[in-house]
Amino acid sequence: MDFELKEEQRQVADALRRWIERDYTFEDRKRIVHSPSGTSPEAWKTLVELGMTALPVPEAQGGFGGTAADLFGVMQELGRGLVVEPYFATVLGARFLTLAGGQEALLERVAAGELKLACALGEAQSRHDLADIAAKATGPADAAAVSGVKTVVEHGGQADVFIVSARSHGGQRERDGISLLLVEADTSGLAIRDGRTIDGRRAAAITFDHAPATPLGMPGAGWPILEAAADYGTALLCAEAVGAMDALFAVTLDYLKTRKQFGVPIGNFQALQHRMADMFIHLEQARSMAMLAAAKVDSPDDGERRRVVSAAKARVGEAARFVGQQAVQLHGGMGVTDELPASHWFKRLTAIGLTLGDVDHHVRRFTEQPGFRTA
Amino acid sequence: MDLNYSAEHEAFRLQVRAFLDANLPPDLRRKVCGHLRLAKDDYVRWHRIVAAQGWAAPGWPVEHGGTGWNAVQRHIWDDECALAGAPQILPFGVNMVAPVIMAFGTDEQKARYLPRILHCEDWWCQGYSEPGAGSDLASLKTTAVRDGDEYVVNGQKTWTTLAQHADMIFCLVRTDPAARKQEGISFLLIDMKSPGITVRPIIMLDEEHEVNEVFFDNVRVPAANLVGKEHQGWTYAKYLLGHERTGIAAVGRSKRELRFLKELAMKQQQGGRPLLDDPQLAAKVAQVEIELMALEVTVLRTIAQEDKAPGPQASMLKVKGTEVQQLLTELMVEAAGPAALPFDTDYLEGRREHAAGGDNALSPALVADTAPLAAYYFNYRKTSIYGGSNEIQKTIIARMILGL
Ligand SMILES: Cc1cc2nc3c(=O)[nH]c(=O)nc-3n(C[C@H](O)[C@H](O)[C@H](O)COP(=O)(O)OP(=O)(O)OC[C@H]3O[C@@H](n4cnc5c(N)ncnc54)[C@H](O)[C@@H]3O)c2cc1C
Repeated sequence: MDFELKEEQRQVADALRRWIERDYTFEDRKRIVHSPSGTSPEAWKTLVELGMTALPVPEAQGGFGGTAADLFGVMQELGRGLVVEPYFATVLGARFLTLAGGQEALLERVAAGELKLACALGEAQSRHDLADIAAKATGPADAAAVSGVKTVVEHGGQADVFIVSARSHGGQRERDGISLLLVEADTSGLAIRDGRTIDGRRAAAITFDHAPATPLGMPGAGWPILEAAADYGTALLCAEAVGAMDALFAVTLDYLKTRKQFGVPIGNFQALQHRMADMFIHLEQARSMAMLAAAKVDSPDDGERRRVVSAAKARVGEAARFVGQQAVQLHGGMGVTDELPASHWFKRLTAIGLTLGDVDHHVRRFTEQPGFRTA
Repeated sequence: MDLNYSAEHEAFRLQVRAFLDANLPPDLRRKVCGHLRLAKDDYVRWHRIVAAQGWAAPGWPVEHGGTGWNAVQRHIWDDECALAGAPQILPFGVNMVAPVIMAFGTDEQKARYLPRILHCEDWWCQGYSEPGAGSDLASLKTTAVRDGDEYVVNGQKTWTTLAQHADMIFCLVRTDPAARKQEGISFLLIDMKSPGITVRPIIMLDEEHEVNEVFFDNVRVPAANLVGKEHQGWTYAKYLLGHERTGIAAVGRSKRELRFLKELAMKQQQGGRPLLDDPQLAAKVAQVEIELMALEVTVLRTIAQEDKAPGPQASMLKVKGTEVQQLLTELMVEAAGPAALPFDTDYLEGRREHAAGGDNALSPALVADTAPLAAYYFNYRKTSIYGGSNEIQKTIIARMILGL
């Protein structure tokens, strides 16, 4: 067994980290967050140059064929650096394309950094259940157009192409009858409303009104791809959360050593020492589970994939809540200010907790896996 | 033992309710219940409505314009106001500086400031904390040097809540640098319009302008604005802190938020059923409800020891009250789910209207009332920090009650 990043993985992550430390500082990020598009074309260019968009794409399409484990270090750095660029949405979209097959041309453009993707999966009523779909796939072969409203589509306002889940047949929460479709952002029948999210990122509400689409995979049989891709995204979010927690933990530890009250560093108080120790334990448990998820999300055994990913998201979610809240508390008044980065990691961790399933959702899914009752 | 309110108290409750029904402006109620941000005028307007009724300072003696209500009545008043969604009567004037002026101030100070506080003619703010003096408040460094009939004040205060609106600030200042930490401090009332005062905003994590830094650069303050004796300010500050902490339990507000949480969890669908049917969420809501029930009874037990100055039990109420508040806000975000992700300051500040069930910028089909919840959750992290952090409160409990 080997829990270290491989040499190449380390190098990729290190390059990313150096760029973030130099050109994507907290001040740079703040400027980007408050800019009209909320993202930075220069930052995207650098991510492409660093090979980040090629990393998850298969080699045959000009990528590096990276696994989730390969992306672990990358996501961790993006979490540490609080990067708000539309990277995750594109990588998640690329996973859909890869799993569905037949999308070589698009994947080549993703690898080259020419194409940004967004995944329009959630709806107002669906909460964390991605099978709860009211949007309709219509037209010839049940997948030539789509109608419906997708909410909180991460980076939907910055994408060139959407991956949309819609229903060809079946009841609103049935897994059978789900289609995946590709919709161009500049096509007719689309209304995109872009806004900020609580963590300084962008998301959009998108109304599809008979928007022309092309099928992605077999119409009506999209659920296995949707579920597998979401699990992949979940594993990546776990890695990002670990990066954010790592950074938040480090600044908090530093604060405990430097902030003085009653003539001593506040880290001298046992009440805070024990809190910090608890945060450390949470973080390490979360790190372990995030690693496990990254290693197993590519598993050919679907049951194992589901079980491990849900366990990881639940455990990481618990840790993110504890570490985030305590880090703010230990910073005292400074912790609740906008000017201190600590509050921004806390907010990102909160957002990750609400994305692709919260703790309760994943605990429930864990208990629903075959074998939970017997082993 | 009889844990019921008496018939007189129930009658009083109905009287309060009738007043609130008739006088609480619907737009204020909507803002408060919908977790929107209040403007200065919202606070002032409500304060003056209550003052016109003669109820703005229930805790004061009647001679100064108080109500003569007993502690249970005062509790009922607070409870009903919060449940109805009334804005808070801000504590800085009525509950903080006024009791100090009454107890230790000169007759001139009483005659000048108390009526103005009662009718919200002055907006007060609290100048205690400094960058280096938070939990260790007594290490404050702002100095006041006597020069004839004036003090000359230099230094910096921070975290000053709503100082951007304030007419007056009550400050702890160091008048004797040579004395022991707690002994050289005085309590000064300072006009915010005095030359040499600069107020700089601190933006909170939810992007609200709620606190400020206040700088003093050779600010001249009449010596007549000293409260009590020179160098005795620490005694007055401690007297005041007890008053501050009881209010922070905010049981009434938590009851309103619990109701909101349940309504939200009934409205939110999960798998085609109300979210509150989900046993995982229901258990969490039940736990916070039970905790709140226990807190309410604990508050009432504290109140029953009427006329005792708020002692270290107040620390317990502060810790538990803020834990319940924070948990409620957390569960609201959880119940909102992905609908809590959009962040819309225009809506929060009332610059944009959303009809109920209407037009959320990111999520058109979502009810508007989920939009402010994450900001509310983030903002409420402050409650375990301000007014003496919860860690400090626990130390007080350990020392003063447990003798450790
Ligand atoms: C929103 C907000 C509004 C405020 N409004 C006002 C106001 O109007 N006027 C005013 O004067 N002040 C105000 N304050 C200041 C507030 O009282 C202080 O923030 C608070 O006392 C904590 O001080 P600090 O921020 O310096 O934290 P620190 O004292 O630096 O504490 C940092 C952390 O260390 C912990 N800690 C410190 N000492 C100990 C110890 N001995 N044992 C265990 N743990 C310890 C704290 O609990 C905290 O978790 C406000 C603060 C906030 C956040």
